[in-house]
Amino acid sequence: MELKIRDGQWPEASKYGEENVIIAQRKPLAEIKDSLKGYQRVLIVGCGTCVAVCLAGGEREVKLLASQLEIASQLAGQPLFMGEATVERQCDREFLYEIRHLVKDYDVLVSLACGVGIQFLSDRYPDKVVLPGVDTTFIGANEEPGYWTERCRLCGSCYLALTGAVCPITMCPKSLLNGPCAGTRAGKCEVNPDKPCAWTMIYERLEASGRLAQIADIVPPRDHRRAAHPATQIHQAYKRRYSAHE
Amino acid sequence: MNPAITNNNDWQPKIVALVCTYCTYTAADMAGSLRLQYPPEVRIVKLPCTGKVDTIHLLKTMQTGVDAILVGGCEAGDCHFREGNLRARERVEYTKALLAEAGIAGERLEMYHIGASDAPQWVARVNEMVARVKKLGPNPLRLHQAAGGIENQRRAVA
Repeated sequence: MELKIRDGQWPEASKYGEENVIIAQRKPLAEIKDSLKGYQRVLIVGCGTCVAVCLAGGEREVKLLASQLEIASQLAGQPLFMGEATVERQCDREFLYEIRHLVKDYDVLVSLACGVGIQFLSDRYPDKVVLPGVDTTFIGANEEPGYWTERCRLCGSCYLALTGAVCPITMCPKSLLNGPCAGTRAGKCEVNPDKPCAWTMIYERLEASGRLAQIADIVPPRDHRRAAHPATQIHQAYKRRYSAHE
Repeated sequence: MNPAITNNNDWQPKIVALVCTYCTYTAADMAGSLRLQYPPEVRIVKLPCTGKVDTIHLLKTMQTGVDAILVGGCEAGDCHFREGNLRARERVEYTKALLAEAGIAGERLEMYHIGASDAPQWVARVNEMVARVKKLGPNPLRLHQAAGGIENQRRAVA
């Protein structure tokens, strides 16, 4: 796909508005079919939030997968008993509770949510086999219909104030905090000459917003403790409620 | 639609044509006025624009047991709604891939751009599609459905 950011030219703001979402990709049907071997009753559970926006796991994609599985299983002579359900968000228990009456009729749940939703669905229905129907890929923005780009790597310490709101952790393959490196060539990256150099973009952005002097500032090493996993976060207003867990 | 058949000998293909009212439908209408002959295997569904055709419509239609689907939209640049025909084209390509993944030949689905005044092209395209389907044989789902398999299918939707 042609990259929209070239030679420091920034794409025009999308006419549809940009939206930050978790991006996922439907798994190939063969992989889903393989994981369903031996099961008869299959409920496909979609998620109406991020994966719906990125056309991977919303109500529509639930229908498409159900239809594909029906066709494939009929052709194989072993028709599946299919069910479809789409909840508002699979990363919220209250929405998963809504489908309890449906879930009890099925042996296996194929979740089309991001990795979080899939795990949460299994947490909610631990006696059911829960299988993933998508691969969660990144956090990105919707550049154009059907086209997403990664913009954040969830590093836990945001440097965007220093870098003209261009993320060096995400956009630079070396995640350099003090760039550019010697591999920048005419605004392109040495790792992939088709891709723009993040630090050239940062330079141009700082220049355009009258903050070029800022590029000479040295950014101290990253505090990797902030990116410890699995991460937990408790809102300040809820400290009392969860104090036992801290 | 009753897709029950037992063997290929008594089989007559069934093709669903999803056509745009502004172009292909008009062309098909004109084919009638001009007394142009074309195979009776095609069933026409008139749409306000092929942009209305969604991937799920195509998959579901195929699941009913039809042997092929023909989508007839305006020529590029001629869409009454600017780009409905181009969107339909993208969806048809995508659906072909989905069908192939599920085990049904993508050739059973095709999109053509037929102008409102192009009745002979409509006839040619229908002939082309009928010939293609006769070569491919019946929709494999028909055989399964004829065996009563469809009766076991139940869907719960929430």
